[in-house]
Amino acid sequence: MLKFLFALVALALSVPAGGLLAGLDRKLTARLQSRMGPPLLQPFYDVLKLCGKSPCVSNPWLVFCSFVCVTASALALFLFYMQGDLLLLFFVMTISAVFKVAGALSIPSPYSNVGAQRELLQMLAYEPLITLVFVGIASVTGSFMVADVYAVETPLLLQLPFLYLALGYALTIKLGKSPFDISACHHGHQEIVRGVLTEYSGPQLALLELSHWLDTILILGLCALFWHTSFVGMVILLVITYLAEILVDNITARMTWQWMLKNAFGPTLALAVFNILWFYVR
Amino acid sequence: MDIAKKLTEALGGYINKGRVKSPWVIHYDCGSCNGCDIEVLACLTPVFDLERFGILNIGDPKHADVLLVTGTVNHRNKAVLRNIYDQMPDPKAVIAVGTCACSGGVFQDCYNVVGGVDQIIPVDVYIPGCAAKPEAIIDGVVLALEVVKGKLGLQPLPKTTVFE
Ligand code: SF4
Repeated sequence: MLKFLFALVALALSVPAGGLLAGLDRKLTARLQSRMGPPLLQPFYDVLKLCGKSPCVSNPWLVFCSFVCVTASALALFLFYMQGDLLLLFFVMTISAVFKVAGALSIPSPYSNVGAQRELLQMLAYEPLITLVFVGIASVTGSFMVADVYAVETPLLLQLPFLYLALGYALTIKLGKSPFDISACHHGHQEIVRGVLTEYSGPQLALLELSHWLDTILILGLCALFWHTSFVGMVILLVITYLAEILVDNITARMTWQWMLKNAFGPTLALAVFNILWFYVR
Repeated sequence: MDIAKKLTEALGGYINKGRVKSPWVIHYDCGSCNGCDIEVLACLTPVFDLERFGILNIGDPKHADVLLVTGTVNHRNKAVLRNIYDQMPDPKAVIAVGTCACSGGVFQDCYNVVGGVDQIIPVDVYIPGCAAKPEAIIDGVVLALEVVKGKLGLQPLPKTTVFE
């Protein structure tokens, strides 16, 4: 019961935390481009504004899909806080992404369709990586439960350093950061403008934004599992990971989906498999 | 009952704050000579940094709050302009950037030209200038926010809708 309450509170706190993280991201991005940047609370203003826009829905499916998307994201994070099964968490996380795509595909708009196809390709690139990360964690702890990670004495990072790199790679794709902002871009113009988000508007877009915040927290939570033994280590690991993420986002240009697939399935997958084999041989 | 009313009021206040703090812009080039377009893009550079005010150039009418139009309207693109305007969910504002968009400018009596943007859709703020300076465009967007506030009933409407 206590665990349940704790998970609920943590989930509720994750929403403002995700928003603040997004604000920090935008601020740092602006500083890296020697701009002032928006206020830290900007993502909250955006979401509030979007909630107040008049409805402009081309297909009722869109509303349904955006609700399922945010619910699935929240459920995945909740499972994580409940220290549940990593595989179950993975499936719930996928549901969120699939419904985002389904909503975009429900409308015969070429932009949203191209964006949806590309989102599917992105999923194709990061899902095997995340699965392998879970397999790696399971091979160290002996089970797929998050709770069992805490039974391990040494940080996972020491045993699975290459898998952590693969997770970082997957994180960049999952969050749609440059060079993988292929299906939709958060800032400025891209060739397909807003891609998979094109047809979501007003409150629906706000829900997708919320689900994005929750996804960010979940992925960072997964990163935190790699140094569960000390709180300070966890914080250092997360800060370094996220700063590296923002830096990469700023110094790279968008690449093609072919390049993304080639790299995700080539070197990165090899790195992940190598790490798991190495763990067994050692 | 009382609490419910207070809550909706507070939420409405927050939403209004969001509306004022996060105007997303879509830029449509009607038939501009590109002079004004370059100035609009210049606003996004580090020198002027529109994002300070939460302004993003979003490029999708369904996400946008403010429509920036440059150039004169002609018979070919008036339907497109109308279409983009109609696709934007309320509340929205329209800004005519540059003398061409305000009145037709030097192209006023050309055979193919309809005139300023206000011939086709209601315009909230006019920013004259050939080309309109980036500073003027930023101030124009801020003035448009005043107009939006006025329309929401948060304050009286500004006296002028022409930015000089
Ligand atoms: S106002 Fe001047 S710079 Fe702007 S579009 Fe017209 S002619 Fe070009």
